[in-house]
Amino acid sequence: MANTTGIIFDIKRYSINDGPGIRTTIFFKGCPLHCLWCHNPEGISFKAQLMHRPSRCIQCGRCVLVCPHKALEIQDKKVIISWEKCTGCGRCVTECPSGAMELVGKSVTADEVMKEIIKDIVFFDQSDGGVTFCGGEPLAQPKFLFELLSRCRAMDIHTTVDTSCYAPRAVLEQIMDKTSLFLCDIKHPDSAKHKEFTGVENAIILDNIRFLAEKRKPVIVRIPVIPGFNDHPETINTIGKLVADMKNIHQIDLLPYNTGGQSKSQRMGKQYQMPGIQEPSGLNIKELADILITMGYKVHAGGL
Amino acid sequence: MNERVKRLREQSVNTRPYISSERAELMTAFYKSDTPMQVSTPVARGLAFKYLMEHKAVPIQDGELIVGERGPAPKATPTYPELCCHTLDDFEIMSKRDRTRFDVDDHVRKVYAETIIPFWKGKTMRDKVFAAMNDKWMAAFEAGIFTEFMEQRAPGHAIHDNKIYTKGLLDFQDDIRQELRNLNFMTDPEAYDKQQQLLGFSHAIDGLIALARRYSEKAAELASHEKDPARKQELLQISAICKHVPAYAPRTFHEALQMYWFIHVGVISELNVWDSYNPGRLDQHLYPFYKKELEAGTLTEETAKELLECFWVKFNNQPAPPKVGITEAQSGTYTDFALINIGGVNPSDGSDAVNDVSFLMLDVVEEMKLVQPSACIQISAKNPDRFLRRACHVIKCGFGQPSVFNTDVIIREMLHDGKTMFDARTGGPSGCVETSAFGKESCTLTGYINWPKILELALNGGVDPLTGKQIGVKTPDAATFSSIDDVIDAYKAQLKYFVDLKVEGNNVIERLYANYLPAMMLSILTDDCIRKARNYHNGGPRYNTTYIQGVGIGTLTDALAAIQYNVFDKKILSITQLLSSMKTNFKDNPALQQQLKQSPRYGNDDDYADRLATEAFNIYFDTVNGRSNTKGGKYRVNLLPTTVHVYFGQMTGALPNGRSAGEPLSDGISPTHGADVHGPTAVIKSAAKIDHARTGGTLLNMKFTPQLLEGEGIEKLLHLIRSYFRLDGHHIQFNVVTAQTLRDAQKNPDQYRNLIVRVAGYSDYFNDLGPDLQNEIIARTEQQSL
Repeated sequence: MANTTGIIFDIKRYSINDGPGIRTTIFFKGCPLHCLWCHNPEGISFKAQLMHRPSRCIQCGRCVLVCPHKALEIQDKKVIISWEKCTGCGRCVTECPSGAMELVGKSVTADEVMKEIIKDIVFFDQSDGGVTFCGGEPLAQPKFLFELLSRCRAMDIHTTVDTSCYAPRAVLEQIMDKTSLFLCDIKHPDSAKHKEFTGVENAIILDNIRFLAEKRKPVIVRIPVIPGFNDHPETINTIGKLVADMKNIHQIDLLPYNTGGQSKSQRMGKQYQMPGIQEPSGLNIKELADILITMGYKVHAGGL
Repeated sequence: MNERVKRLREQSVNTRPYISSERAELMTAFYKSDTPMQVSTPVARGLAFKYLMEHKAVPIQDGELIVGERGPAPKATPTYPELCCHTLDDFEIMSKRDRTRFDVDDHVRKVYAETIIPFWKGKTMRDKVFAAMNDKWMAAFEAGIFTEFMEQRAPGHAIHDNKIYTKGLLDFQDDIRQELRNLNFMTDPEAYDKQQQLLGFSHAIDGLIALARRYSEKAAELASHEKDPARKQELLQISAICKHVPAYAPRTFHEALQMYWFIHVGVISELNVWDSYNPGRLDQHLYPFYKKELEAGTLTEETAKELLECFWVKFNNQPAPPKVGITEAQSGTYTDFALINIGGVNPSDGSDAVNDVSFLMLDVVEEMKLVQPSACIQISAKNPDRFLRRACHVIKCGFGQPSVFNTDVIIREMLHDGKTMFDARTGGPSGCVETSAFGKESCTLTGYINWPKILELALNGGVDPLTGKQIGVKTPDAATFSSIDDVIDAYKAQLKYFVDLKVEGNNVIERLYANYLPAMMLSILTDDCIRKARNYHNGGPRYNTTYIQGVGIGTLTDALAAIQYNVFDKKILSITQLLSSMKTNFKDNPALQQQLKQSPRYGNDDDYADRLATEAFNIYFDTVNGRSNTKGGKYRVNLLPTTVHVYFGQMTGALPNGRSAGEPLSDGISPTHGADVHGPTAVIKSAAKIDHARTGGTLLNMKFTPQLLEGEGIEKLLHLIRSYFRLDGHHIQFNVVTAQTLRDAQKNPDQYRNLIVRVAGYSDYFNDLGPDLQNEIIARTEQQSL
């Protein structure tokens, strides 16, 4: 079998909220969407990027000395990064003794990823768990994803693809028979609003979800609940209706907005696009969940 | 819980432990009398116990249903001057220290100064033990290489099986009389020794029956003054029950609990059996009574629960007796290590033994939320998920109970030790995590051994860098080491030297106890002491296992991995450079310290480090396992720490993994704090690479936040436990962390790199969240704990 290379930014074991059972989640790096609230901003770019954790820094200054682009300096016992000069070459990361400099995004082979995946097989077997590919956008690295899915299928490991569904139909066609479960985001039913907050229209997404429905592929719809964007009961109601006739969809997950993306953006020297939003309250989520439950869906809601 | 239980529980929890000199005064009076010089030692011990039982106070608290205190009141804690006679300085320290404080009143100080200290000075077991140890042993002991469990506490920590639920103590008297009749003074050169043991046992039984009789009388007397008719009735019932048990076998659920409790009070009053006695598989023992009475309509689930809760309070009323010096440092807890086992399998056929009482007990554990008794569940592949799930809900409450044990691997551990299948299935974990065949074994933990300190010596040719003294064997200069194998060879040589020393010491200490402080109660209760007419401390039990507990596998592994990685593989620095920086506690090179911390570490399912962990285990196993003790049994290994990893850490200098001098060692088989960064499955995989089936117990601690156990989190926890057990893990326990811990994690992120929190729809490492989100989770955690 080929040993394709892809770029990922994390492998998380004991992942318990991204599909059934105990799972290992592989985070693909790079995403065609640019959601303003993105809670994994390190997953947007397809390139490796520098991340700095001041809490780990011991101000030894080694990074400053080795940086070939003069992007680093120490001021007031703090490392200051000129992000526009940084190319993500990783020299400072190699040199940093304390792990304060981190390179987010690493080129890995399918062999390497499989080696990590099989480590937790005993937990998958016990809990009916498996692997989840998310991101970023896993469908944006179709060859790599297809190979990993094929290898998992060969070992009878349950696979979940957590996707925005913003991808060419051909990609979906290629991978769908190797995928045990899709987690598909529907962020907003209105295309203009969708474009305003994510950078792309929703037509391709909804078409792809319909296509998976025609093919009777198991799909769980996920709605990230973003205050001021899609947390109106009417919006949730519309999404519920949109997929009502799809016989493969029985479950909708509500993922309440969290501020996790904020600090990650800071560590990467990025401006956070949605400052000052409050996380939705449990009461609000319950109200939205009830709408979907009334429509006959099984609903999993975070934060309740 | 109802009002009665609430009141008893509050009284127990709110009373600060204090020293009672009652026992010390009574024992001193007895030993000052002519009797001890007129009779053999075993008979004297039996009579001493009887004297204590006939003269100690018999308090009954208002509202109590189960009666019997070791001291004159709840939390009144006795001392054992024949084991360790505390000095006035000891009392001063224990009344002021932060951890395990005991109040000491003027009467205690006065009677100690005037009577007890003058009489016992030079006569205690502690005096005998230290006088018998040689200089090499003392040097290692004082340097923090190993500790000694028996220097102020007697061997014990034993667990009861089901004997007392079908036999009364008078039946045991019959067995003893039978053995006395069978003695053959013509052919058996040990006949006299056996006779004296049996007579000692017999006196002790008389003593415990006398105590129960006195409680019966006391209850009747209280009843005669009682105005409240309901309470009067209860007191009369208590009086009737205490007339029946422990002399005769219990007939009811209530009598069964009272039966055990008298036995418990007897064992822990006779000697400080470091520290406890323990009812073992209580759900199995009580179930026949429960079922019979429920069917007969003489008991309801509610009254059974009330009785169990009253029983629970009794354990909490008995703090572990005060410890001093190194023993306090290694086992600094009030916990008396009574570990009630729930679940497991039936001894006769290995079938699922979970019953209605098992579930009832989990309710009791959850409601009572007491540090003692501690509770554990035994889980076999045969036990139902719904039982484990119920336990996971209790675990979620966040006070670390119940801990979870793997019955299937425990059985294999015991078969590996040569026990029969039936006896193996009867057993389980005793007070902490060490396995024993309940009611049939003396499993004696003799002390902890400090693996990382031994590595420190191996890197310094046997010289302790803290003192400059040569306390180990001479091994080659570290500068000559050319591979990790050379390091390991030196470590092996040092380890063998110290284990030899420890075993030599144990061989003496075992004989001291057999000769000077034979235990009567434990002998009566443990098969086959009566049949063999031999004491519990002298090979009377069917199985006699001695343990030396290895400590710091995580720290040792990380230190070895750091040497291999940085010195021999990457060649970043020489071993002499490393040692010279360690000498300065990395003050000369803080960046190097950080770099060393980035080396492969145990707890991440990384074979680079884990291979060294299994090697460290195998070396220890080969050095200790299978040696003979003086009681006809063998040495086994286990890996558990109590609080010794903190003390051992204080005695250990800087280590190659970047650990600063004085920092605590890793506990049990848990990774070094903050070393495991790949989540709980990786920790479990690393821990499971150790061959648990060849141990007598291992301890794995895990931290979870309450959020991680919300919703389906409980189900995932269940699977996590089942998976660990599929991999032959012995034990796992969970700390569900509090807001305070999270705040500490915020201040010291490096210490908490493995802390996972549930954020909203997902979980993440606490460290990896921004300060705002961290604060929010802290707030939420606080809210949940209300």
